[in-house]
Amino acid sequence: MEYFVQQLVNGLTLGSIYGLIAIGYTMVYGIIGMVNFAHGDIFMLGGFAALIVYLLLLSLFGGVPIALALFIMIIVAMLMTGLWNWVIEKMAYRPLRGSFRLAPLITAIGMSIALSNFIQVTQGPRNKPIPSMVSSVYDVFGISISLKQIIIVVVTAVLLTIFWYIVNHTPLGRAQRATEQDRKMAALLGIDVDKTISITFIMGAALAAVAGTMYLMYYGVIVFTDGFTPGVKAFTAAVLGGIGSLPGAVLGGLMIGLIESLWSAYFTIDYKDVATFSILAIVLIFKPSGILGRPEVEKV
Amino acid sequence: MANISNTTESASSNLMARALREAFYAGLVALGLFVLFVGLKTDQNILNELILVQRWGLLAIFVAIAAVGRFLSVAFIRPYLEERKAAKAAAPAQEAGFVARNFSMIAVIVLLLYPPVMVYFFGFQGSLKWVDNFGIQILIYVMLAWGLNIVVGLAGLLDLGYVAFYAVGAYSYALLSSYFGLSFWLLLPMAGIFAALWGIVLGFPVLRLKGDYLAIVTLAFGEIIRLVLINWTAVTKGTFGISGIAKASVFGIWSFDVSAANNFAKSFGLPMSSAYYKIFLFYLILALCLITALVTIRLRRMPIGRAWEALREDEIACRSLGINTVTTKLTAFATGAMFGGFAGSFFAVRQGFVSPESFVFLESAIILAIVVLGGMGSLIGIAVAATVMIGGTEMLREMEFLKHIFGPDFTPELYRMLIFGLAMIVVMVWKPRGFVGSREPTAFLRERKSVSGSFTKEGHG
Repeated sequence: MEYFVQQLVNGLTLGSIYGLIAIGYTMVYGIIGMVNFAHGDIFMLGGFAALIVYLLLLSLFGGVPIALALFIMIIVAMLMTGLWNWVIEKMAYRPLRGSFRLAPLITAIGMSIALSNFIQVTQGPRNKPIPSMVSSVYDVFGISISLKQIIIVVVTAVLLTIFWYIVNHTPLGRAQRATEQDRKMAALLGIDVDKTISITFIMGAALAAVAGTMYLMYYGVIVFTDGFTPGVKAFTAAVLGGIGSLPGAVLGGLMIGLIESLWSAYFTIDYKDVATFSILAIVLIFKPSGILGRPEVEKV
Repeated sequence: MANISNTTESASSNLMARALREAFYAGLVALGLFVLFVGLKTDQNILNELILVQRWGLLAIFVAIAAVGRFLSVAFIRPYLEERKAAKAAAPAQEAGFVARNFSMIAVIVLLLYPPVMVYFFGFQGSLKWVDNFGIQILIYVMLAWGLNIVVGLAGLLDLGYVAFYAVGAYSYALLSSYFGLSFWLLLPMAGIFAALWGIVLGFPVLRLKGDYLAIVTLAFGEIIRLVLINWTAVTKGTFGISGIAKASVFGIWSFDVSAANNFAKSFGLPMSSAYYKIFLFYLILALCLITALVTIRLRRMPIGRAWEALREDEIACRSLGINTVTTKLTAFATGAMFGGFAGSFFAVRQGFVSPESFVFLESAIILAIVVLGGMGSLIGIAVAATVMIGGTEMLREMEFLKHIFGPDFTPELYRMLIFGLAMIVVMVWKPRGFVGSREPTAFLRERKSVSGSFTKEGHG
């Protein structure tokens, strides 16, 4: 039983990271109906930004309190990836808006290849390990919960609350939802659609940067290829939850995290990704638009 | 009169001012983008700790390139492009030239003559690089892209896991030939059949899915197959891969094994060289490509091909006219997969070695990119895209002279995929409908007219 709860905690941590990335996918999909394949690499970029900021803080001030360091890392990484995604959207996706559906998908794949190779060229192809930043572990009723896990879950919960508030209770969120429903109508009603879409990309990237920082802190290592697997898992999570639905993305992320950790605990770790993808296929066969997704109504 | 010249003058000075302003912003944005990733480099010191190396000079170059590029683009390139566009719109449409009209004929002849010409210029040993790295490599991608074109371009089903069928073909040849010693000519059709069966197996559960849901499930299947190949070590030897795969022979008459009695070079009394085998492989993949093209062209005129294109255009109309969408989708998956399987078994024969590393998602992405960049559904466009993208990145390996410019540490290979990714973006933004923007209809009234690519749909699946 304790073993099970322990795995549940691990899965929840992993799932929070996936959920944060998945929100970026699902928001961009919701607003312009495009799969942003470069999002996983934005996540990796965020992780690298956090790594470089951490090293910079170390070399400038010697030791910095961990809480402050983490805070600065998160903020700088968010700004950094926000700027990147803003530029990417402007250069690679906006010229193709209104063009046919596969065109932005291809530029996104091209962007994903370019970003990971950009980091490989500028930062080197090796693993980048850092010494453990947070090492306290607490024992709660026989289950060991590390401070890292608590930080990840708490940061995720706080961000999701802020995010949920922005989308549902601010003029910006209203503009986003309006653009999502009907872009032309929203433009007619005076919403600056281009700006709204840009902000959506920046918001998605900022969440991915937080996920990247958390990933770096949790695993203590990052490498230029790290964008792909978490990116695909997060995309899987977004689709599993029903792409376009924000609660769905979080739910999907948590599910993928739990499936992965429970499968590794009780079966073989080698096939954990096979299990994740198989469950995705099975869920989609029975619910073709995800768990919380609205079924598409075809108009003739 | 004076008035007019005055306005043009102020317009051009306005343009310059705008260009300078935009260049400044571009430089500022570039500074923000690159300050952490280019200005600082994480490196390991002797104690294996990460340290930062400062590269402010490189950062300055990046920022300067962004600013100057933006300035030139706003001040000169954009006005020039607009002028040219206006001139082009005013000029009457030209009759297609001789080369454009007979492009496919000329291309086939050039390809048939390619190996002898290369041997003539570079000798047997020197031609290896050109026939193998360029010729065969490009033709493999042409074949894969033509195979995927059936699924994506004709039937409009977005498949992100096409490399899975390539892997099935390659592994079925590698395994069956090393465990049972079967020959290439027996296993080539078998690899196609296996891949087609897998196409049906994978296609069946996803029949109800559409659009991006279909895309992610096909991606997931591609990953599952790769992960199984990695982890099922008892059969596939995992990441070590299978090596020492038997070579193909010329229909069993001549062999290319050095020790064999019926060795090709020995039979003809030629000096020993590995170039004969490569040239043979070149003609083999060329034949496979031509078969793929022929089958695609013929299928488009058959009821099944028409059903695929109808499915792409409108699934509901298709169903209400009594077309069985289940068999239509499954045959598209199976046919596309079959060609992937052929290409896979050819790949195994050519490399003599297969490992799961050759079948990553990136390969699927590259193949899909070639299909879309070429113009979905257009065979010639796809072949051109494959030549440009694959040939272009292979060329980077050959650019030794760049070492003289950037110093001996400069390795162009490192930038291969970076440039590939950027080229994908540039081509797509420049020509969103692909290189060939017009389509040949197969059904027409009295006269065949080519249709703009923007009138063809891309399907919902």
